[in-house]
Amino acid sequence: MLGLNKKDTSLLILVAALALFAPFILNPFPAGSGMAQFNAGYPDLMQRFVIFGIFAIGFNILFGLTGYLSFGHAAFLGVGSYAAVWMFKLLSMNVVPAIILSVITAGLFALVIGYVSLRRSGIYFSILTLAFAQMTYALAYSVLTPITGGETGLQLALDDPRILDGAASSDNIPVPGLFGMEMRGSSQLELGDWVFTFSTGYYFSAIIMLLSFYLSIRIFRSPFGMMLRAIKSNQQRLNYTGLNARPYTLAAFVISGMYAGLAGGLMAAMDPLAGAERMFWTASGEVVLMSILGGVGTLIGPVLGAGLIKYMENILSKINSDILHGWFAFMPDGLEDIIVSMIYPFIGKGWHLTLGLMFMLVVIFLPGGLVEAGQRISRLFGRKKSEDKSDKSTSTEPAE
Amino acid sequence: MSNSNLTRRGLLKTSAVAGAGVALPTIFTASSAAAYTNEPTGSTVTLGFNVPQTGPYADEGADELRAYELAVEHLNGGGDGGMMNTFSSKALQGNGILGKKVEYVTGDTQTKSDAARASAKSMIEKDGAIMITGGSSSGVAVAVQALCQEAGVIFMAGLTHSNDTTGKDKRANGFRHFFNSYMSGAALAPVLKANYGSDRKAYHLTADYNWGYTTEEAIKSSTEAMGWETVAAVKTPLTQTDFSSYIAPVLQSGADTLVLNHYGGNMVNSLTNAVQFGLRDKQVNGKDFQIIVPLYSRLMARGAGANVKGIFGSTNWHWSLTDEGSKAFVKSFGEKYGFPPSQAAHTCYVQTLLYADAVERAGSFAPCAVVEALEGYEFDGLGNGKTLYRAEDHQCFKDVLVVKGKENPTSEFDLLEIVEVTPAEQVTYAPDHPQFAGGALGSCNNGA
Repeated sequence: MLGLNKKDTSLLILVAALALFAPFILNPFPAGSGMAQFNAGYPDLMQRFVIFGIFAIGFNILFGLTGYLSFGHAAFLGVGSYAAVWMFKLLSMNVVPAIILSVITAGLFALVIGYVSLRRSGIYFSILTLAFAQMTYALAYSVLTPITGGETGLQLALDDPRILDGAASSDNIPVPGLFGMEMRGSSQLELGDWVFTFSTGYYFSAIIMLLSFYLSIRIFRSPFGMMLRAIKSNQQRLNYTGLNARPYTLAAFVISGMYAGLAGGLMAAMDPLAGAERMFWTASGEVVLMSILGGVGTLIGPVLGAGLIKYMENILSKINSDILHGWFAFMPDGLEDIIVSMIYPFIGKGWHLTLGLMFMLVVIFLPGGLVEAGQRISRLFGRKKSEDKSDKSTSTEPAE
Repeated sequence: MSNSNLTRRGLLKTSAVAGAGVALPTIFTASSAAAYTNEPTGSTVTLGFNVPQTGPYADEGADELRAYELAVEHLNGGGDGGMMNTFSSKALQGNGILGKKVEYVTGDTQTKSDAARASAKSMIEKDGAIMITGGSSSGVAVAVQALCQEAGVIFMAGLTHSNDTTGKDKRANGFRHFFNSYMSGAALAPVLKANYGSDRKAYHLTADYNWGYTTEEAIKSSTEAMGWETVAAVKTPLTQTDFSSYIAPVLQSGADTLVLNHYGGNMVNSLTNAVQFGLRDKQVNGKDFQIIVPLYSRLMARGAGANVKGIFGSTNWHWSLTDEGSKAFVKSFGEKYGFPPSQAAHTCYVQTLLYADAVERAGSFAPCAVVEALEGYEFDGLGNGKTLYRAEDHQCFKDVLVVKGKENPTSEFDLLEIVEVTPAEQVTYAPDHPQFAGGALGSCNNGA
């Protein structure tokens, strides 16, 4: 189907089903119950799941296929956001032109940075991209304040021109929408104690994520993808055969930059604000973590990694000591305090610690990331895994 | 085998289509019958406390959170009631807000606009928070304020000093109790004139971000108005930790006063560097060299240690004030946590009470009703004397404290002494003052 083999088709359908039913899957606990704390099915987080999924898918095209580790991908995300917000300010609150411009801007930006950075490989390439990204961040944070809004970030204002939309009808800033359909609109379905929220913005992002995922499968399976893999496995040999690898790596770099720009544009479409810290090096590091945690070079891995990190960032970090005390209230007082003080460093503001531990465990025991974990589990129960091995669609190839 | 594959796929497809069929009609229908976003229907009401728990302002965030917990305790009738007893409005009964018990959720802003917005969004969308408050940086305050305006909830700003929060980025659903850069300048200028004369040459070091710019502008314009000359204004990166290379040129410039438009760790480092360079022992133009820090906080003073002695600055509130409100607050905060509250804690506590009081007076949680109750509201007894929430820009107008680093501190909390309480009239400005121009409140948004 759609030019994909059987296995890829079922993977695509699986992702589509996950995306479609995310509001149900992510809200397994009834609202109001103690476990509702762990529900992730609210619009903002679901949007983040798919948007960072797109970001990670794009990053994986560069890192997973060519093995070039870019440490500056957040710059493209940021550039995309700024472009989108400027489109909202100047042209129209419709998300389509905003997203198109953000992809184009990020692509041009990636072309320039890639052209310079790809003259080197390995660690030098990583450092070059990191340097460029930090330069962009510093520019956005202070020097370019008139364009980027500096520390405050770029925001919409009532008196923005919005040429295509005409004058604002009310006293409030209009919200981004798709031909009149507001991105922040949502509706709720109540089934007994469960409340499920369906957000327009989420489904819009999810559809774009599916398209990007499909495109990424096609790239992985194309001759171009094969060439990128060749670069990763042995660039020297490739050079000896008389092939110039740089146009291919540059193309991969630009494509993955455009993916990042798309993610940035979508972020702005969901929440019309662009801030410089989106480009900070920690944001670039985050997408590397996502890819590695999920499984570098696999199709679905980066999406899973993105989901896991965003889940921890938004859910784990909100558990404070009061909630912990609530959980262990059944224990005798002294024991309760001891247990709480043992767990407390790992949750709330200490969620980074948990993430770090998890990352170490994954890298040491599951070099292929979550995808490898899934494979091992399915091999435990599996019957016919060996026959499918001929096609390496979901098998892992550690990064370097 | 292919058969089984096909059925699985068929099943997936069918369920996908069925799911889409179920979901589609509801996606495009209006959501619910609620009159406004997160209308509290049960016996409780949820407030969202969004403060920096990690990052450069984590200390302030921790103190803010303590104040919020204290405020919730008092609202629910616990503790000694704190400033509820001295507050000029007696609408609050100690039985929650409108009879609903106050609950709260907390989040970490990380002092990043993005993270702060994500955290605030999850409070609004997931936890059903009816009001968001907190923050320890103007960038975050402005970002979250805009979000609350869109979502249709009230935002009560925490510590944010930039003019923009109630200037070009003001919003109808947002309110600020804290003072701002302009007020710092207006309050400091007369004190500086009295102490240092009217013919000084000032050299500014400014943190290279939004708050730095507005503070520099405010101090510059009020000191130039009294005859000072600005020799140079140099921007320093926010992440700078060693300011030696910025301090050295100060002496060669012929300036005799250094203005440090820095906050938090920046100020601690730049002031320490300046003192180490011996600036304060120098004589320039026949005058003693002086240093000024426009925005002071106790936490910063503690960081800079003995270097703050004798240095002028301004602050929103200080625990050594002796009015009834301040005493009551210091007492209940001290009894609960064992040390006096910071100005960040004070403004957050007051904002929570003000919100609760406005809801009581309005008789509704609806944001537009709350906005109406707060606009143009005059109150007293919350530690800053008579205060007005101005309707035009949702900024509080009240007395500003000019403080000085204490020469002989008696404890690690007793670092600042109050030099002068500048009356509110002296720091009041027109809503369309050039430093605040360019924004529009818009109209209040009830959301949903």
